[in-house]
Amino acid sequence: MRRVWIVLALTFVSCWPAFAGPQTADHSGGELHFCLRGEPKTFNPLLVEETSSETIRYLTGGVLIRLNRQTQALEPGLATSWKVSADGRTIKFHLRTGLHFSDGTPFTSEDVAYTMKALMDPQLHSPTGDSFRSGEGQVTVQTPSADSVVVTFPAPVAGLERLFDQVAILSAHSPKKEMAVLGPFYVADYAPGSSILLRRNTNYWKKDKEGKPLPYLDSIRLDIQRNRDIELLRFRRGEIHLIDVLDAEYFDRLQKETPAVAHDAGTGLDSEFVWFNQVPTAPFAENKKAWFRSTEFRKAISMAINRDDLSRIVFGGHARPAFGPVSPANHFWFNSSLPAPQYDSAAALRLLAQAGFRLEGSMLRDSSGNRVEFTVITNSGNKSREQMVAMIEQDLSQIGIKVNLVTLDFPSLIERITRTYDYEACLLGLVNTDLDPNSQMNVWLSSAENHQWNPKQSKPATAWEAELDRLMHAQASATSDKKRKADWDRVQQIVAEQQPFIYLVNKDAMSAVSPAVVGSAPSVLDPHAFWNAEVLRLGADPALGAQK
Amino acid sequence: MTPLQKVAASFLCALFALIVLATFLLPAHYARQFRDIPNAGPSSAHPLGTDALGRDFLARLLYGTRVSLLLAPAAALLATLIAAVLGSAAGLLGGWFERIVLAATDLSLALPWLFLLLVVRAMLPLDVPPLVSVVIAFLMMGLLGWQASVRVICAAARGVRDSDFLLLARSSGCRPARLLVRHVAPNLRPLFYAQFFISIPLFILTEANLSILGLGVMEPMPSWGNLMRGFEDFSTLSTNPWRLTPLVLLVIVVMCFHLVLPSQEVAQ
Amino acid sequence: MNETQKSANLFRLALRRLVILFGLGLVGALASATLVRFAPGYGVTERDLDPRLSANSAEALRQKQALNQSLPAFYFHYLSALARGDLGESDSLKRPVRELLRQRFPVTGNSVIRGLGVAWLAAALLASLGLVIRGWFFEASAIAFNSFLLSLPSAVVAMLAVHLRAPVFFAIAVAVFPRLYSYIRNLLIRAYDQPHVLAARARGLGSGAILLRHVVPLAAPPLLALLGVSFAISFGAAIPIEALCDSPGLGQLAWHAALSRDLPLIVNVTLIVALVMLVANSLADFAGRTFAGSTS
Repeated sequence: MRRVWIVLALTFVSCWPAFAGPQTADHSGGELHFCLRGEPKTFNPLLVEETSSETIRYLTGGVLIRLNRQTQALEPGLATSWKVSADGRTIKFHLRTGLHFSDGTPFTSEDVAYTMKALMDPQLHSPTGDSFRSGEGQVTVQTPSADSVVVTFPAPVAGLERLFDQVAILSAHSPKKEMAVLGPFYVADYAPGSSILLRRNTNYWKKDKEGKPLPYLDSIRLDIQRNRDIELLRFRRGEIHLIDVLDAEYFDRLQKETPAVAHDAGTGLDSEFVWFNQVPTAPFAENKKAWFRSTEFRKAISMAINRDDLSRIVFGGHARPAFGPVSPANHFWFNSSLPAPQYDSAAALRLLAQAGFRLEGSMLRDSSGNRVEFTVITNSGNKSREQMVAMIEQDLSQIGIKVNLVTLDFPSLIERITRTYDYEACLLGLVNTDLDPNSQMNVWLSSAENHQWNPKQSKPATAWEAELDRLMHAQASATSDKKRKADWDRVQQIVAEQQPFIYLVNKDAMSAVSPAVVGSAPSVLDPHAFWNAEVLRLGADPALGAQK
Repeated sequence: MTPLQKVAASFLCALFALIVLATFLLPAHYARQFRDIPNAGPSSAHPLGTDALGRDFLARLLYGTRVSLLLAPAAALLATLIAAVLGSAAGLLGGWFERIVLAATDLSLALPWLFLLLVVRAMLPLDVPPLVSVVIAFLMMGLLGWQASVRVICAAARGVRDSDFLLLARSSGCRPARLLVRHVAPNLRPLFYAQFFISIPLFILTEANLSILGLGVMEPMPSWGNLMRGFEDFSTLSTNPWRLTPLVLLVIVVMCFHLVLPSQEVAQ
Repeated sequence: MNETQKSANLFRLALRRLVILFGLGLVGALASATLVRFAPGYGVTERDLDPRLSANSAEALRQKQALNQSLPAFYFHYLSALARGDLGESDSLKRPVRELLRQRFPVTGNSVIRGLGVAWLAAALLASLGLVIRGWFFEASAIAFNSFLLSLPSAVVAMLAVHLRAPVFFAIAVAVFPRLYSYIRNLLIRAYDQPHVLAARARGLGSGAILLRHVVPLAAPPLLALLGVSFAISFGAAIPIEALCDSPGLGQLAWHAALSRDLPLIVNVTLIVALVMLVANSLADFAGRTFAGSTS
């Protein structure tokens, strides 16, 4: 008889969590589960450079000003209000009071000052900090009171407020250093190589309309998973709730099975483009350098590429032909007067004829009789890029140009495009997270390192590059957005005329969200699916409920 | 030869003939994109359908078979040559040299040779035609795949060194060069042949593995491994099972090689 | 020679062998370090493409990266640190290598041992069943199955394992099993055809009894050697399979180290892999030789 009781007791104990579950589900949002695609390299929000660390920073960091990923407008965060001075050098914040870090340390203006000083330390070499650097000199931070901060920069910083979206405030006094946070979650556990557990920060300041404290979710589990096929597989099995960045081929597959989970937020900010190496010292034949320097040649190539086919076949229609450095998704800064690129191989041939090229049989030759042939490099393991090159190869064969494809692993590729310049053409994509043109300073200035087609020039090689330099500097020091927009529109126009980067497509921002996630609203800006993590909660979903 | 072996051998011969003649049989060039019908199912114009870019799958399969089947023997030949030289030298000379060769063999199995392949590809000049880079890829495999044969050949050569007839020949004043050509080589030759044939299917498999990892044959050139890269998505395979043909063909060919080959005893 | 002397001798021999193996492993590790150091893309990170970084910062970070610029200096530092038991810090993951290895090694070891277990069990079972049954149909289908497994590219097996959610050890078992099976089968058949086994059969002993009493003891020494070899094979197979299945073991770590040109990491991973393979192989050698000596 006693044994029966023990058995009954054991049964009850083992069932207990099941009984307890539904009751607690009322006020808690459960555990959201998704994957990071690489190991976060740092938990220090000031040193973030890659996506995984960025995700952690976004979910844990408290910022003064938050960019709403959906409306693209700035919203008050830790600062209730702010004001930029007329000369664009000084910003004054008014802070929320009575806030505490996740470990209980009180938050004051001192913390903001501490963070800004640490961020602007020239020895830190942080990409976040560098984006604030507009001129030589010291950044000064004053704290007139516990709830106000004044930051003064040595020179005007264009789009200053927006940059604070990336600055997670550190505690000046907490013994837990950067692990004490002001964001909706904090890092509770980290198993290197496998997963990270974020828990709800009970000290988070934000409340919903009914006055309930946010976030709703109890915790977020991030699994480190490099393989995207496995990620998709796990999503399908209901083990993870969302995929923040979904490739077009996976999107189609998911949509076929369960249309409700695949979200296409429309054209995103990311672009794919190809460029020719115009570095004068590059180790390949002079006649090829002459082609690549020819504006007609680049424009002809651009015309001969069928971008509609690229977006239709490689991206299954989830991309849009691109023709400039700014995606139409960037509402304010996009130059809508740019002419759309036309696919026209006959016109391309006419243009090439003007530049001295001629078609002999099925081969295009330059004025000295050399066959036009070049190799495009791209990073290995990226199927859509390989496919794009394969399609470009067929497009260009129509005008007698032979294209070879070589895929290289990322370090080798970067070495070639940034150090040895031993390549002819390269196809890559740019992940754009910032809307402001100032973030592309290092791309368009002829002296910059990321001026890929001909970096680190001591003096602009062409008149149009000199003009680009002038415009970029002008927009950076202008204080009115209208003036900046005019300059930046002109930059976009020059790029379209000169085609130093031949833009191919803007990919759609696609993500997958399980129906169990309540409150999701995938956006075009990064992060797409969890930008509103604080208001997400898990509803009743049988598939996911089972494993809880 | 058993009847089964005959069937296997004639299948292999037929396949070789087919791939040599493939150029005349192809419905379309392997890289030509029919952009209106990507991912199409089988039809009379495209018996195995088309791939994601609208390229005829049958043409790619035939051409890929040619790449895999013609180049794997080349890699096998290279590997066997290296193994033959190293193995027989080690076995015949013995002593320190043998120890060093065997140690190097053991060690090279533990080296990150996948990485070596990656490096060599990154160091090649960029403007080589696709065919040349494919040949280079297979030669690299040959250069790196000799370890298994070395041990076998070394053991056999050691046996020859200690054999009575060699002792006899040596004592009757035979010069080393003549010794090698007249006595040692004929004794080891069947082993070399066996090793060569055994390594062919191994290199076919190696190519498949490497191409699936993205380290093998480069687009747009097809190969068996390349055609199998899409397998990561098994769910679409159930709706278009004809995509499995490269795997089926590969398995059949490798099995045929196993059947035709001298028994595994010789190999190990 | 008395017993203690003999065992002392053996011990000295084993120790010498171990030292040689360790030396070999080090040579391999340093060779792979050299390879990585001179591979294109060494010292390059994706950070170089970050347009937010100012020229100053990019240059400063590059200087920092250039720590291992001179290879002899790296060798020297590595060896002297190794002598103190310090394995250094990973360049790309910014964590002590020792910690990384401690986390990853058990994962791989676990899959290898389980995979080996499954493969051995299946191979031994199938081979001895074949001996007991001895029908042509069973034999033919076993051979066909075996040959089929041998013909599957291991990358496909790994993908299949991922899809079926089978653990990594399943893929390892599939890769090792066919090699084991044909070898074990041949061994058992050869043992079966020995005169005294034939005599026992003539005496009318049951097939199970023959297997246990006569065949297994005869085949034991080479089987022991096979155990070592199969361990090396499965360890070798685990590396690419783990990389493909994204299982957090040594294979994935090695792949990551190679792709990110992480010198301190690749040196140590190669050292570990080389040592495991070398020790397994030489144990196999040793077992084969000792038992061969004792039975002949």
